[in-house]
Amino acid sequence: MSLQAEWLDIGPVDQLPALGARTLPVRGGREIAIFHTANGEVYALVNACPHKAGPLSQGIVHDTTVTCPLHNWRISLVTGQALGSDVGCVPVIPVKIDNGRILIGRAAALAGVV
Amino acid sequence: MIDKPHLVVIGNGMAGCRAVEEILARDADAYRITIFGAEPRVNYNRIMLSPLLAGDKGFDDIVINDHARYADNLIDLVAGDAVVAIDRSAQTVTARSGRVEHYDKLLLATGSDPFIIPCPGHDLQGVVTFRDMDDVGKMLRAADAGGDAVVIGGGLLGLEAAHGLALRGMKVTVLHLMPTLMERQLDEAAGWLLKEALEARGQVILTGADTAEIIGHGRVEGIRLKDGREIPASLVVMAVGIRPNVALARDAGLAIGRGIHVDDHLVTSDANILAVGECVEHNGLVYGLVAPLWEMCRSLADGLVAVPSGYTGSVTSTKLKVSGIDVFSAGDFSGGAGCEDIVMRDASRGVYKRVVVKGDRLVGAVLYGDTRDGNWYFDLLKRQDDVSDIRDALIFGQAFASGGGADANPDAAVAAMSDDGEICGCNGVSKGKVVSAIVGGAVTLDAVRACTKASASCGSCTGLVEGLLSLTLGDAFAGERAAPTVCKCTSFTHEEVRRLIVEKALKVIPQVMQALHWTTPDGCASCRPALNYYLLCAWPGDYVDDQQSRFVNERMHANIQKDGTYSVVPRMWGGITNPRELRAIADVVDKFKAPLVKVTGGQRLDIFGIRKEDLPAVWADLNAAGMVSGHAYGKTLRTVKTCVGSDWCRFGTQDSTGLGVKIEQMTWGSFMPHKFKIAVSGCPRNCAESTIKDFGVICVDSGYELSIGGNGGIKVRVTDLLCKVATEQEAMDYCAAFIQLYREEARYLDRTAPWVERVGLDYIKQRIVEDAAGRETLRDRFLFSQLFMQDDPWAKRAAGEDYKLHQHLAEIRPMVPA
Repeated sequence: MSLQAEWLDIGPVDQLPALGARTLPVRGGREIAIFHTANGEVYALVNACPHKAGPLSQGIVHDTTVTCPLHNWRISLVTGQALGSDVGCVPVIPVKIDNGRILIGRAAALAGVV
Repeated sequence: MIDKPHLVVIGNGMAGCRAVEEILARDADAYRITIFGAEPRVNYNRIMLSPLLAGDKGFDDIVINDHARYADNLIDLVAGDAVVAIDRSAQTVTARSGRVEHYDKLLLATGSDPFIIPCPGHDLQGVVTFRDMDDVGKMLRAADAGGDAVVIGGGLLGLEAAHGLALRGMKVTVLHLMPTLMERQLDEAAGWLLKEALEARGQVILTGADTAEIIGHGRVEGIRLKDGREIPASLVVMAVGIRPNVALARDAGLAIGRGIHVDDHLVTSDANILAVGECVEHNGLVYGLVAPLWEMCRSLADGLVAVPSGYTGSVTSTKLKVSGIDVFSAGDFSGGAGCEDIVMRDASRGVYKRVVVKGDRLVGAVLYGDTRDGNWYFDLLKRQDDVSDIRDALIFGQAFASGGGADANPDAAVAAMSDDGEICGCNGVSKGKVVSAIVGGAVTLDAVRACTKASASCGSCTGLVEGLLSLTLGDAFAGERAAPTVCKCTSFTHEEVRRLIVEKALKVIPQVMQALHWTTPDGCASCRPALNYYLLCAWPGDYVDDQQSRFVNERMHANIQKDGTYSVVPRMWGGITNPRELRAIADVVDKFKAPLVKVTGGQRLDIFGIRKEDLPAVWADLNAAGMVSGHAYGKTLRTVKTCVGSDWCRFGTQDSTGLGVKIEQMTWGSFMPHKFKIAVSGCPRNCAESTIKDFGVICVDSGYELSIGGNGGIKVRVTDLLCKVATEQEAMDYCAAFIQLYREEARYLDRTAPWVERVGLDYIKQRIVEDAAGRETLRDRFLFSQLFMQDDPWAKRAAGEDYKLHQHLAEIRPMVPA
């Protein structure tokens, strides 16, 4: 794999629970949460709620939203924005599915790696 | 006291008791009252037998007057002793036991008997009618054995019997002589829609079916029709009609026709004898429905102890009590000269409406599929209102006809009703009566139910009562309307969702959301856990828990902390531990470098700072030392806190530790609306703080004081004393029953404290203390559900189940540029 590849293959989609999430640590960077919605779409966010850095991967997924397990902030999986009256945003990592494999955007995933 | 005239009532049914109520309401001191009943029971609501059979209600739910009610009013109830003779010249009645009572006034409320088709085999075992509690008992026993049932009669009663038996698992065939079902109440179109709907539910409906013979040897085995067809059956229900019970009146020489003749004040041909209900004939008419009975009782009481009003006959309406099928009819729709029909159909919604107008008056209405306007039509019909102004919009219902259109205030319907318009058909309660109760201080739904009985039986008029509350009280009610919806995804309350899950047999979350019109595709973080709980509680052993609808702690079987790590609490039964457990905990702390171990308020140890990846390994180590999950993270039993009790303490009165351990072993693992804490203290010094727990036991010399609904949280609440019991076993039985009641009736996320405050201590006492049989069934249901819950979740995870929840999907290790 070229160092310059735009997409990183992180594994097969069937390793994600329906309506759930799994984690993807990034050495030297910020852990990523990979979400699976009811209709089979996959999204990725930095695994830290904009409120108190709660692990979004452990929240309840509904529609294209995850509710943070610490204080029930609702975060859009599509935009990373907090919903409702809360204000805040978590970085979104581009995801695509290719042949049953999950690919995430390399640049966004490695953002902040020191 | 002795001077009061004596009123003797024959018949402890709905008519007899209602007449007495109406008399007492007007003048409680006018008469000394004795009531004779043939059934050995207190008075119950006979029209609720159908919901009883269908399992929507229990016997206690349909009792109208309990023994205390009779005692409070100094009424002498002679249950199970039928009157066999009336001596009009001596003014006495004689009961089967030989008891003789002199009367000044005699009231006959002997009701009616079911009509039995005199075909061969009608006296076989397994042939029953559908008239009283004994009949329901026979039908329930037959349903328990399963098999085929035949119901003869496709009228109101027959269809309700068939529905109940089908819900109880029997394969039901309905035989109806006429070509359409309920032909006296429905027209052909509505009858056909009804037949389709019942067939879609698996019932076989044979119209034009004439019974020739019931076959069997000693017991019923089937039925043969006149056309030769045979249908197997282990139960045959005859529901072909009723006939007024006039035997006593005839023997006494009173004037009778089809029923006992009465005048407008319900007086028979003997001025000292009155009659009311299904046994009477008034102006040539005999009634078999409940509403006319209420009207007769009012006129009777007016005539006897107040200003005579005079009964002028009743216009009747009919509603079928089959859940999910809405049918309403009132008045005359047979057509005829000068009648015009207005019909509306909406096939996709399965709606059929027909109103019949004669001149400028409404004379009849048949509604199928959408019966919301039934009361309005019935009101127009009874008042004989001129409908010419609203004729064009009549068929679209009240909202349109009153000019409101689509955004009309839903309360407008009830506002437009007249004061004597009927709100509650089950209990014959008018709008005026409900409003005066509200004005008189009954400002909640429960209070209105308690003092008027409106909406207290089948509940279908609850919306109307709420409408009246909000109309009468304005904002004072809107703010107070206590039942919240589950969440923004639905307009149903918790109670409604729970009831519908059972009624519609909904088994999985997506099915609930579809059937109850959820407004979101897959719910939200509020309703998903609630539905998961309600389903698990409704279908123990059947329902498969949905991990993705569990809050993180319950999914991970540990408590999430602010840094995303978890804390782990192994169970210590009754707060007792030993060196082996303590060593295992110490080893786990060392091995996984847990930064903190803390003694909890619930008498156990909490290990902090465990990463989710390490949880299965931690649990494996704890399991190896014999420890299981303490469920410190769940909506479930947390701990049973104990003191050392009589084994060690010089003040201890009982073995509080031993009892605590037993209770914890009985209750651990149960899934509940919220967390649940128990404590057992060995003496009233209460060292285990039993009085701030959900269920607290305080041991005393003579037994165990049980108390409930305590809380040591944000709002401290001291428990209420439930009762005192003598033995450990009783303490455990009451505990199990209380937990099950809480599981079945509290809203998800209700602690026991607010729940007990909402439903009232009296209610809990009635269910747990006074109703011994009910307590036992609650306990049994709890123990049954525990068969499926007492599985250590840690052991399964330690063995690899759901490993994906603990392991990363992958890891990214960027190559460091040279």
